[in-house]
Amino acid sequence: MNSSDQNKGAFEYLTTRKDELVGWARKFSLFPYPFVTACCAMEFMSVSSTMYDTDRFGAALPRFSPRQADLLMVVGTITHKQAPVLRRVYEQMCEPKWVMAFGVCATSGGFYRNYAALQGIDKIIPVDVYIPGCPPRPESVIDGIMQLQEKIAGSSHPIVSDRF
Amino acid sequence: MPGDLLERLRARLADEGREAVFAHGLLAVQIPREALLDTANLLKEGFGFDLFLDVTAVDWPDRDPRFDVVYHLYSTRDHVRVRLKTTVPGTDPVVDTLVPLFGAAAYMERECHDMLGIRFRGNEDLRPILLYEGFEGHPLRKDYPKEREQPLVRYRE
Repeated sequence: MNSSDQNKGAFEYLTTRKDELVGWARKFSLFPYPFVTACCAMEFMSVSSTMYDTDRFGAALPRFSPRQADLLMVVGTITHKQAPVLRRVYEQMCEPKWVMAFGVCATSGGFYRNYAALQGIDKIIPVDVYIPGCPPRPESVIDGIMQLQEKIAGSSHPIVSDRF
Repeated sequence: MPGDLLERLRARLADEGREAVFAHGLLAVQIPREALLDTANLLKEGFGFDLFLDVTAVDWPDRDPRFDVVYHLYSTRDHVRVRLKTTVPGTDPVVDTLVPLFGAAAYMERECHDMLGIRFRGNEDLRPILLYEGFEGHPLRKDYPKEREQPLVRYRE
């Protein structure tokens, strides 16, 4: 093995360890932006306050500016009239960012199938985790947050460039 | 009270095809559309129906005339409601606006125009209120396809 191969191996080892470290840090410091439009808001309040307490997962502090948030929680029905607003909020968020579809309406339109309702937010923005339920139980939401944390911990986290 | 009021309404409205009845637990007045402004004015000034609750329409696709336009008024003095109904044909769905009598009618007429395409002559501001600019058709008409959507944002691939 020549020295350049050795260097490459060491670099990859460092990159992997760096991704683990950054992923570990990021998964416990989610800053949610709650885009709340409908009745799922009640479950959102329930899951974020004392009883279920998303702060245990580091995802408690809602930022009411998309520019300070890295987790977009879409909570409730999105209509075609609202879709441009949601798209714009998503575009204003800085990388890295994740999107959670909270409840069946955000996931697929739910039981709304008419002129007004968008049939799932993944038609206009990419979604990382879907939480079914109408509304979802707090346990489902916590499960969704934990799945998202696993996803964050397992992905690569380029900081200055793709190489490091 | 409603019985007495019904008799007085009948006495005042018994002309020009206007008819007052008690139906489905509510006073109901059926009128031709030409008599709308006069009748609404009479109900407001003569019978104390001073609160405009709602205007909506009913689409009967196989009937001629096609639309019912339905108003609900309330008397804050007598605590009584009245339903005011008129009909308009599908080819010419126009009625007079009630904005000069009831300011609250302005927004509700906009909604009715959005959803069923009833035009209100004299209401200058019939921009979409619940729908958006560029929406084609009127979604609460029976001939609007159930699954037709008109998205504003281009879908992802």
